[in-house]
Amino acid sequence: MIGVVITTPLQSIVVRQDRDISVVRRAVSTHAERLNLSVLSRTRLVTASSELTRNMLVYGGGGVVELKVYRDGERLGLGATFADQGPGIDNVEDALADGFTSGVGLGLGLGGARRLVDQFDIQSSEVTGTSISVAIWLKDDGR
Amino acid sequence: MTLERIAIVKIEECLLVTIQVDMHDRLALTLREDLGERLLTTQARGVLLDISGLDTLDTFIARVLAGISSMAKLLGAETVLVGMQPAVAMTLVELGLTLEGVHTSLDVDRGMALLKKLLV
Amino acid sequence: MIKDLRQISTQTVGLIQEQQDEILKDWIESQLTADTLRLDLMDQKKLEQESKALLKALTAALGGQGRDFTAPNWQAVNGLLKEISEARDKAGFSPTETATFVLSLRHPLVERLLSSKKISSLDEEVWLLLDILDQLAIFTTEVYQRRREATIHRQQEEMEELSTPVVKIWDGILALPLVGTLDTRRSQMVTEALLDAINTTGAEIAIIDLTGVPAIDTRMAQHLMRTVAASRLMGANCILSGIRPQIAQTIVHLKINLGDIKTESTLAAALKTALATYGLKVTVSE
Ligand SMILES: Nc1ncnc2c1ncn2[C@@H]1O[C@H](COP(=O)(O)OP(=O)(O)OP(=O)(O)O)[C@@H](O)[C@H]1O
Ligand SMILES: [Mg+2]
Repeated sequence: MIGVVITTPLQSIVVRQDRDISVVRRAVSTHAERLNLSVLSRTRLVTASSELTRNMLVYGGGGVVELKVYRDGERLGLGATFADQGPGIDNVEDALADGFTSGVGLGLGLGGARRLVDQFDIQSSEVTGTSISVAIWLKDDGR
Repeated sequence: MTLERIAIVKIEECLLVTIQVDMHDRLALTLREDLGERLLTTQARGVLLDISGLDTLDTFIARVLAGISSMAKLLGAETVLVGMQPAVAMTLVELGLTLEGVHTSLDVDRGMALLKKLLV
Repeated sequence: MIKDLRQISTQTVGLIQEQQDEILKDWIESQLTADTLRLDLMDQKKLEQESKALLKALTAALGGQGRDFTAPNWQAVNGLLKEISEARDKAGFSPTETATFVLSLRHPLVERLLSSKKISSLDEEVWLLLDILDQLAIFTTEVYQRRREATIHRQQEEMEELSTPVVKIWDGILALPLVGTLDTRRSQMVTEALLDAINTTGAEIAIIDLTGVPAIDTRMAQHLMRTVAASRLMGANCILSGIRPQIAQTIVHLKINLGDIKTESTLAAALKTALATYGLKVTVSE
């Protein structure tokens, strides 16, 4: 009814090395379990987070992952923002397309992550770097 | 630097790898190297990758696993990926990865049986 | 829901604060004499309590800084109204009766404003207050609506669960007879059910029977392919059976490669193939 999403911060994780990707995965998984997300939702969010964290590390030179509870009226969700101060994404449309990569990957990470989550917002510029927010809503309560 | 490694066990003609921990990138790459070496030294003809303990698989790790399979093939061995969890399988497909060239099986026993069939 | 509230003047808020007791008295009285009074559903004491609590919360909210309904100062009103609406729904009040409860505060409030000489730009203040109360009344009906939707949703889910059975038709063989067209949500549920069944039964073959499906759209076809791919990743093979010409056309049109996927004309034929994989054969006994 309200249509305004309120977020409450849970945890911040600084990402500097590839080890930190597992730290992010574990943290997302733990919070997902606490919030009672279904196994599938949890797996989707953890996987999307893993992709976005790795991108942040590879292309953005590292950054910060902020986990948060999303609330939209009655609805609860778990979300995360991945922010780096790297060079930004040249063409977001292109980058989201399956198969597009500027590196050696398969170019599935970004587009795949978007498919896996319920909410996906991306902001990117040369000046500010890249910030991507994702969330998955809890689905078992009749919404 | 800790020498963290995933154990590789030889059973008959096969190498069994049980991945239970959340596998970070370096660990996955180390596993690929180790497996290559073991295949060379043991002349094993099959590899069983048991991932029933993994509750996520992203594009990076999936690619390493697929890479292990193609590397093994070059070294004369077949690879079977066993025990992928339902949610992991669904998520991987949604990501766009179907690991076409990789053999799969429900569990270690059946994976072993499949390997035997592939190796005759 | 209240998007851009102009702030009520401090004069008005002050006045309402000062005269809160009188306003409450008038309000309760008007409720007790109204047609919509339902003492059969709720006693007078409860009515007085709720009125008092709401007026208090409203006064506090009006005095706060937030301009929209999601601001912190409106949270107490928000929560209270939700509680009241839910309780009244359960007790058997109609949505209109509950909205009327909020709307009946208009008179006593506006009356106090009008009889005060201290308020500047009186018209505007009155409209503003009426606006707010309207919005609050709408909110109560929304609470009803959401409760209804939640119930319907639950029932729907239960029905869907019943209509997507995964049956174990033989040791190691599952069958998934699909009926009708599947929307995205149901497709998801079907897939989840199948993958879970593969996991728990250890079946290596799943027959997806489309005999009961008249036609499929692009989405469903793609979803079907994903289901087959996910099953394979787990180590199980799918056989598609009962594909109608129309469905075959969709699949061809989508250039989906059926190369690796086994298909059979009928469920029976698929079962025969599946049994053969296990080295089994159906014969007529002598
Ligand atoms: N945080 C980022 N900063 C700058 N560029 C980015 C960022 N994230 C993604 N990109 C750009 O978007 C492209 C697509 O990203 P995507 O994750 O889809 O593919 P990939 O990382 O190249 O391959 P894969 O994820 O499949 O291994 C990248 O190649 C890169 O050019
Ligand atoms: Mg990537």
